[in-house]
Amino acid sequence: MRINGRGRVDRGRALSFTFDGRRYSGFAGDTLASALVANDVKLLGRSFKYHRPRGLLTAGSEEPNALVTLGAGAASEPNARATMVELRDGLQVRSQNRWPSLDWDLLALNDLAAPFLGAGFYYKTFMWPRAFWEKLYEPAIRRAAGLGALSGKSNPDRYEKAFAFCDLLVIGGGPTGMMAAHRAAEAGLDVILCDEGTVLGGRLLSEDETVDGQPGADWAAAMQRDLAAHPKVRVMTRTTVTGAYDQGTFGALERIVPDAEGAPLECFWRIVAKRSILAAGALERPVAFAGNDRPGILLAGAMRAYLHRWGVVPGRRVAVFGNTDDAHRTARDLAAAGVHVAAVIDSRTDAKVQGDFPVYTGAQVCRGAGGRDGVEAIRIRTPRGEESIAVDALAVSGGWNPSLHLACHMNGRPDWREDIAAFVPRDGMVPGMTAAGACAGAFSTHGCLSAGAAAAALVARDLGRTPSDAALPEAEDAPYRIKALWAVPGRGRAWLDFQNDVTVKDVVQAAQENFRSVEHMKRYTTQGMAPDQGKSSNVAALAVLADATGRGIPETGTTTFRPPFVPVSIAAMGAGAQGMGFAPRRRTTSDAAARARGAPMIEAGLWYRASYFPQAGEATWRQSCDREVGMVRNHVGICDVSTLGKIDLQGPDAADFLDLVYTNRMSTLKPGRVRYGLMLREDGHVMDDGTCARLGEGHFVITTTTAAAGAVMKHLEFVHQCLVPHLDLAMISVTESWAQFAVAGPKSRDLLNGLLETPVDDASFPFMACGPVRLGGVAARLFRISFSGEHAYEIAVPARYGASLFDLLVARAEAMGGGAYGMEALNVLRLEKGHITHAEIHGRTTAFDIGMDRMVSAAKECIGKTMAARPGLVGPEREQLVGLAPQDGRSALLPGAFLFAPDDKAERAAAQGYVTSAGYSPTLGAPLALGFLRDGRARQGEVVKMVDHLRGAEVLCTVTDSVRVDPEGGRLRG
Amino acid sequence: MGELEARSPCDVLLPITRGGWTLSEVDTGRITSIAPFAGQEAALSGALQTAYGLGFPEPGHSAEADGARILWSGRRQAFLLGPEPDAALARHAAVTDQSDGWAALHLSGAGCEAVLARLVPLDLRAEVFAPGCTARSLLQHCHVSVTRLDDTGFLILGYRSMAGTLVHELDTAMSSLAARSGA
Amino acid sequence: MRLPCPICGERDLREFSYLGDAVRLHRPAPDAGTDAWDAYLHLRDNPAGRTRDLWQHEAGCGAWIVVTRDTVSHAVEGAQLAAEMRDAD
Repeated sequence: MRINGRGRVDRGRALSFTFDGRRYSGFAGDTLASALVANDVKLLGRSFKYHRPRGLLTAGSEEPNALVTLGAGAASEPNARATMVELRDGLQVRSQNRWPSLDWDLLALNDLAAPFLGAGFYYKTFMWPRAFWEKLYEPAIRRAAGLGALSGKSNPDRYEKAFAFCDLLVIGGGPTGMMAAHRAAEAGLDVILCDEGTVLGGRLLSEDETVDGQPGADWAAAMQRDLAAHPKVRVMTRTTVTGAYDQGTFGALERIVPDAEGAPLECFWRIVAKRSILAAGALERPVAFAGNDRPGILLAGAMRAYLHRWGVVPGRRVAVFGNTDDAHRTARDLAAAGVHVAAVIDSRTDAKVQGDFPVYTGAQVCRGAGGRDGVEAIRIRTPRGEESIAVDALAVSGGWNPSLHLACHMNGRPDWREDIAAFVPRDGMVPGMTAAGACAGAFSTHGCLSAGAAAAALVARDLGRTPSDAALPEAEDAPYRIKALWAVPGRGRAWLDFQNDVTVKDVVQAAQENFRSVEHMKRYTTQGMAPDQGKSSNVAALAVLADATGRGIPETGTTTFRPPFVPVSIAAMGAGAQGMGFAPRRRTTSDAAARARGAPMIEAGLWYRASYFPQAGEATWRQSCDREVGMVRNHVGICDVSTLGKIDLQGPDAADFLDLVYTNRMSTLKPGRVRYGLMLREDGHVMDDGTCARLGEGHFVITTTTAAAGAVMKHLEFVHQCLVPHLDLAMISVTESWAQFAVAGPKSRDLLNGLLETPVDDASFPFMACGPVRLGGVAARLFRISFSGEHAYEIAVPARYGASLFDLLVARAEAMGGGAYGMEALNVLRLEKGHITHAEIHGRTTAFDIGMDRMVSAAKECIGKTMAARPGLVGPEREQLVGLAPQDGRSALLPGAFLFAPDDKAERAAAQGYVTSAGYSPTLGAPLALGFLRDGRARQGEVVKMVDHLRGAEVLCTVTDSVRVDPEGGRLRG
Repeated sequence: MGELEARSPCDVLLPITRGGWTLSEVDTGRITSIAPFAGQEAALSGALQTAYGLGFPEPGHSAEADGARILWSGRRQAFLLGPEPDAALARHAAVTDQSDGWAALHLSGAGCEAVLARLVPLDLRAEVFAPGCTARSLLQHCHVSVTRLDDTGFLILGYRSMAGTLVHELDTAMSSLAARSGA
Repeated sequence: MRLPCPICGERDLREFSYLGDAVRLHRPAPDAGTDAWDAYLHLRDNPAGRTRDLWQHEAGCGAWIVVTRDTVSHAVEGAQLAAEMRDAD
């Protein structure tokens, strides 16, 4: 019900929304929760396990009950807390965890089965038969026990992430936080102030009190204006700090103001602060009594918040039950607003309550009675006996718990303070963090303002600034008097954790079954494990456990609070990493031309490379691939090889350095020559292979494989900086600087000589020569190297000319009966030549295994040499690189398949090797493969059985040399 | 044969304007990496002074004079932007042409730090990262060099092959922020 | 987590990549024997407390650094350039 003249909503702007299909209206400034209260909607959801009817408990982000789904279809958002949803026109809201409807929920049967569903129920019941778990129990439980459901569609909403830096992060914008931020900024610190509300003020917005002679909310609004205008302050409203991490890093979730077209829904901030002030306030806690979960039973402070902030009350006959003076405010304020206060029940015998309503001291509410639509009566136990009072709402307060969660995120344990019956943060739990105000146990407004100022002064001095000593605004300073009350004894289920349906009985039962540690109790009962992380319930639950185990609360201790403080959507944390943002896409300079020719692109690390270049009449990739292989073997082919890593090394000691990182000697290489090189890891296995070109006396350019380019660069920097920093050289990647194309085939030199300003021949440019050339008005580099086994070159030009040169080379090649070739053909060409790739040097093979042990120079030291000589890494027991040919000349060979002796059973223990790469060789007219076979080099001509269990293939193969085409290398040199 | 035709990394992608921010490609001229050999730091700095009136930069710093900019680019390494490298430099340092390896982007507009704050994990507040400050860091997943040119503009160097991704990331951040601020 | 690069100052974890214990700085001689090589490559302490590890400021200046930190408190004590530590040996 809406109360006239109360609240700060904009009554001039009505907003319409639907809840479970029914239309309601509210005002700008309402939350979904306050608008539902205004419309007298009490039943908002069904509980997690028992499907009990539930309504609002709180007015803030700690709300355990009122979880709803917003919107529909792909953009729907489950598990939104109604208390945090800003009302907007046209908002569609659905209730959750009910079937078929909220009013008529069949799974409410669970509530009748409650005696069987207590603590440890899952552990005890669904033990066996084992097969039933996946097929029967789990799906059934998941359907019955639950929260909202995802749409199952890709989320079209935008999310953001961002970084921010400051001297001081103030967490919470109530009186403490505002005062701290203001004082710190005045002292010259760069301040970020985060608050999860839409406006600053904290409890001042929810109470009827004055600060500096003006209404608290007005004072807060003025303060917010001052802060927003202050050049040293960044005010971030709608932003919940969710976690405290190492070295002053904080996570924070910002909800973006609704209705901004194209704007993200949320932004996940990483805030780095030199210091932080935790001013997160306190959360009220309920008292456990039978039926305390009925709709209409709210926390007393929440009741005041609904009244003062939004001008709504959730009932017409309201009782108040509490154990502090603070709870009396609720009765006073409700009465002042004209709401009938049916009773004030204070568990303290010495409580002094004044007001025009019945007061029961030394009394307790022992039962909330009612139905689906909420509480109808309460039963109270007084020193004079029990009686019933008819109510339609009850305000409950068991006192306040400081919001110390963030202080505990780095594993610190809080202190118990008996005088306020609550835990408070201990200094130093999070380095650089000071807790101040209500979250440190100061519950009066004056106490908060002065604590905020003091914390700011501390930080300012710590960072070398002079704090201000201006007078504090005047504010109430009422003492907080509490006598702890956690649970009212009696029959019937009394709820502790509303969100996970944990009752006092469950905790007592856990203790009886010897789950006496608070961490064990938590896991056995699921207390505090719901999305609200037990914000309203943990302290009461451990107090009940302490009582049941006969220990004190400090001795019992708390469970660990972990980030995030409020639920954070994965979409916000992963913002920017969807689609194009998942990983950088590296494009070669020939990318557009390849696509224009219809080439499918294949990923190679982050690069995209052309698979093959289909031509008219070709129906399969194999046809294109076979043609491209034939083109290179008979005419000339062009392939973009720019993706290979290229590292430029210069310096007087560059040659010595290369001798250390390569197995073979590079210092004897003459300028203008290229040598193939092999690199080992320090553990003796092959790391990478490539070429090393000497451009000048102290100047080399080496190439790496595409996949290992980053790893090799990192390895070289490691060796240089960490092992041999005395060697004088510098290295830098030039991968991006050069567009490099293979020109391969018997007509490659003819093609190039048509373009080069000075033609080359065998004398000036023999196999493995390199040097500067010019073409098309551009200085280029030419390397006579070959991966295909043909007479071939690689020509490199500055990348800006890459697209132009590719077009030119392909046009020339096509005129000569050749053309562009892609990765598929490149792979077949190298398979025919037995050249290795990372399919072969996969991290577990040695130079010996791939037949290159003679490349490990005996005359010098190199990385990996010592360990490569270990027993077990050389010898006939090793699986060695071989070629494989199907005996029938037709059957396809499959990478990943295992090799067996023909008569052996195809079992793991009998495996003698495996296939690493395979393809079809149009040159040989048959399939071929490379693989590793035990003692393989000595077994050429033998027959082995290739078995692929996954694809169901079995093929008899002949073991061959790994080089199948032109083993003498005549074509290379010709 | 004819001359080869040069194409810039962001050829067809830029410029773009979103809200009050503009992203455009810049021609930095020649980019030369300069890495001093052992014990040659002072001599190299002297050679740079003689040729361009610019010393070898301290880590995180950049300076400009007469159309040349020197930009710290990593451990014992700087980039010279603009002129051809003076022949004297190679006596003291490894000199490598990097002109074609980088996409050079200029992000401009009041408050454009907010755009970079979505992508770059650096403290770019003007009082910390003043004009002339430079850093190697990440832009989302891409390695970049970020330099503040003035109060409202940054020079971003990223790998040429990743130009499309860089523009996409910056465009996304600019668009999202423009929508938020109602620009 | 943030690490102090001796060249660039304090930076976000994502700019760094981790290698392992700083023992990797002390490569044995080729003839040091199998125990020395085994210790260098494979044997690692797993202390609850102070560690010294090798990181590379890979997305930053490229320097290899040795970071001293505490595995219990997560406090970072400081960092040195690996190249300079070798020079000091």
